[in-house]
Amino acid sequence: MTAPPPAAAWSPPDPAPAAATAAVPRLAVERLTAWYGDAAGIRDVSLAFEANRVSALIGPSGCGKSTLLRCLNRMHELVPDARVEGRVLLDGHDIYAPGVNPIAVRRTVGMVFQKPTPFPTMSIAENVAAGLKVGPPVSRSERDAVVERALRRAALWDEVKDRLHHSPLALSGGQQQRLCVARSIAPEPEVLLLDEPTASLDPLGAARIEELVHELKREFTVVIVTHNLQQAARVSDVTSFFYLGTLVETGPTAQLFTAPVQPQTEAYITGRFG
Amino acid sequence: MTALAPEQPLARAPRVSTAERWRDLRIVSPGDAVYRVALMLLALVLPLLLLAIVGGLVVGAWPAIRQFQLGFLFRSTWDPVAGQFGALPLIFGTLYSSLVAIVIAVPLALGAAIFLTEFAPRWMRTPVGTLIELLAGVPSVIYGLWGLFVLVPLLRDVIWPVVKPVLRWLPFFSGPFYGPSVLAGGTILAVMVLPYVAAVSREVLRAVPPAQREAALALGATRWEAVWTVVLPYGRAGIFGAVVLGLGRALGETMAVTMLIGNRHEISLSLVQPGYTIAAAIANEFAEAVSSLHLSALVYCGLVLFVITVCVNAAARWLIWRVARGSAAGSAAL
Amino acid sequence: MASPATRRIVGAAMTGATYGAAALAIVPLAAILVMLLTKGAGSLDWDFFTRSAVPVGEPGGGFAHAIVGTLLVVGVACAIGIPIGVGAGIFLAEFGGGRFGWVVRFVADTLNGTPSIVIGIFAWAWIVRPAGRFTALAGSVALACILAPLVARTTEEMVRLVPNSLREAALALGYPRWRTSLTVVARTARAGIVTGCLVAIARVAGETAPLLFTALGNQFFSTNLLQPIAALPLQIYVYALGPYEEWHRQAWAGALVLILLVLILGTIARVATRSRHERA
Repeated sequence: MTAPPPAAAWSPPDPAPAAATAAVPRLAVERLTAWYGDAAGIRDVSLAFEANRVSALIGPSGCGKSTLLRCLNRMHELVPDARVEGRVLLDGHDIYAPGVNPIAVRRTVGMVFQKPTPFPTMSIAENVAAGLKVGPPVSRSERDAVVERALRRAALWDEVKDRLHHSPLALSGGQQQRLCVARSIAPEPEVLLLDEPTASLDPLGAARIEELVHELKREFTVVIVTHNLQQAARVSDVTSFFYLGTLVETGPTAQLFTAPVQPQTEAYITGRFG
Repeated sequence: MTALAPEQPLARAPRVSTAERWRDLRIVSPGDAVYRVALMLLALVLPLLLLAIVGGLVVGAWPAIRQFQLGFLFRSTWDPVAGQFGALPLIFGTLYSSLVAIVIAVPLALGAAIFLTEFAPRWMRTPVGTLIELLAGVPSVIYGLWGLFVLVPLLRDVIWPVVKPVLRWLPFFSGPFYGPSVLAGGTILAVMVLPYVAAVSREVLRAVPPAQREAALALGATRWEAVWTVVLPYGRAGIFGAVVLGLGRALGETMAVTMLIGNRHEISLSLVQPGYTIAAAIANEFAEAVSSLHLSALVYCGLVLFVITVCVNAAARWLIWRVARGSAAGSAAL
Repeated sequence: MASPATRRIVGAAMTGATYGAAALAIVPLAAILVMLLTKGAGSLDWDFFTRSAVPVGEPGGGFAHAIVGTLLVVGVACAIGIPIGVGAGIFLAEFGGGRFGWVVRFVADTLNGTPSIVIGIFAWAWIVRPAGRFTALAGSVALACILAPLVARTTEEMVRLVPNSLREAALALGYPRWRTSLTVVARTARAGIVTGCLVAIARVAGETAPLLFTALGNQFFSTNLLQPIAALPLQIYVYALGPYEEWHRQAWAGALVLILLVLILGTIARVATRSRHERA
């Protein structure tokens, strides 16, 4: 973890993992429409997210990719006047079914936001352990172990192991974002949603996060929203292109980027609009 | 501290089955409802308090209201022994002393605000601004103390002899000057009100877009002319609101005024005569009220004062809100 | 249009006038502080802080009863008023979007503009009159009625300043709203809330009018909440208006103590807020 990685080059996605799961995708969206008052952010979207894959959502500003992401962990409904129609299935069960507790859903589907937001009144270790407070109780030694593991998985352990009880505000932007990743994975969610996680980071910090994503998919199902096409090409296995609230095309990343089917997809990827 | 390899799954709870997890997802937490209700109850105390204040005032004033009705506001006799009460001198004194305060304070406060936003060197802005703000933190009784032993002798023994030959002929300065007077009360009120008017004016002036100022300067105006012809008119509504806010503060002030105003139930245009305000009368007479009617009359005065200040303050807030649109400055000043 | 020279002169004169206005605005503050120091500092001896009032006309005595009285009355007022104020403030910031929030906000602003003597009448009407006597508790309640709306508005402001991204981050971890509000939002705003309370306490400690016919004042040392009690501003008021030089001397000393109390609380608040902003 000493020398910075070389300028990120596109590499082919991982081959099918050894432990391929059953046909039921981890997360699936069925005919989902999400409203902000009278305006629809996404319309009639159906999409599946395979387990242990990185799925990228791309598209120009306002295309609905972030809206879709927020529907996956029931954050969309926090906006006043927000509504959702359709189903989002986690292992086959609709998280929007009546009686489902959105708070519990969010413990199973974690999210990392664009701007790193460590909790300023907590130390680094307390930040990472923050998600554990709302789960089953753990002993202190277990908690320390979880914190260490999460920080290691977020590639931050070596940099902070001597200042676990210090404020996170002294960390750089990239480090803070990795801290947020560690915080999100510490409670062991099933799915990890990343909403433009590198948008406010410098290139070095961004590259580090991208490395992380490769690692994370071993244990989590990852959905990443990005406006950076090269990033999508670099990190994802499956890419879905959105435009004006509808899903235009989805497919294996290599294929979408080299031989897109829809003309809009090709126009976007070749930079004719964005 | 166990050092787990990143690839090792955590030997914590075994992965729950989907059905189990799904059952968990359906549990609803009552904590949110409890929290919200608890906070709402605490917040509810405030409206209930306001109702209780109005209720207490009306109930306490009722005997006087029943006896004197609205005529109370227009009569001048205040005779506790005979049971005759008229609040006109009090109302007059309250308004008059506050007017004096505004007349003195507003030019100074506005001047200071303009100084701080337009002309002051950058290093001076925070210290001077802070010093002016500190004025707002001095307790009323200390203003009264200082006014009693410093301001009143100053006015009576130093300033008055100098200006008396000239001003004596005006109705505003007729009669002997013993010290405690509307002028003394109004002056101390001016000092107390100045920081509020200055702070809000300053925020209003700061909110004027620099482009306005620059446009005037580009047309060849001097810096003062830019302020006078462009900045001030632009902030006119907010400054007016600041003035009304100052008025609201002055109307409700008690301690300093009662120590300096002379406490006499009389209506006079002369500033050097003693006067009285509603708050001062209540402060002086309440604890030793002669009869329950006397008490009730005082509470009636309090009700009148309450209504006046609520209206004036609401007007001030509305004016400032229109300009500051609920910015931190507006509510901080209040 | 006047000649350029005239305009320049007028401009310079008016600019000078604003300098003068600012200077004049500060003069009273300087004059008061100087007066308090020169007339009061000399009387701040051991007796002043440890002895209570002596019979009229006699020399000596001190303000111990008043200082302790203020601490007690303000302390109880804080115990009553601050939880209500902070709770209402958090409510306004987190749930205050609707009609009820608007009403509470309007009421708080109205209460903040109510003359403190009217608050005194309220406490008299609801506590002193039914009880048949003046009590320190009534004074505390009156002060609490001034504290609560003040603290509510400053708390609301401070909690509003917490960026929404922090709320979202906590919610995304599966925090219920109450936990987000308490352990993340309020905790982040904690320093600001405390300084708001300090400023309000400083204001309330200097209030005399609400105590005039609730706590009433007491020439003896007392810590009984159900009896009249002395308070620093009350004592200053009574002594200032009295005929004895001795009383005047002690009034100045008491005023010095009071202003120091207010200034110290205000300075702590100001310094705490500024350092937070510099860090952020």
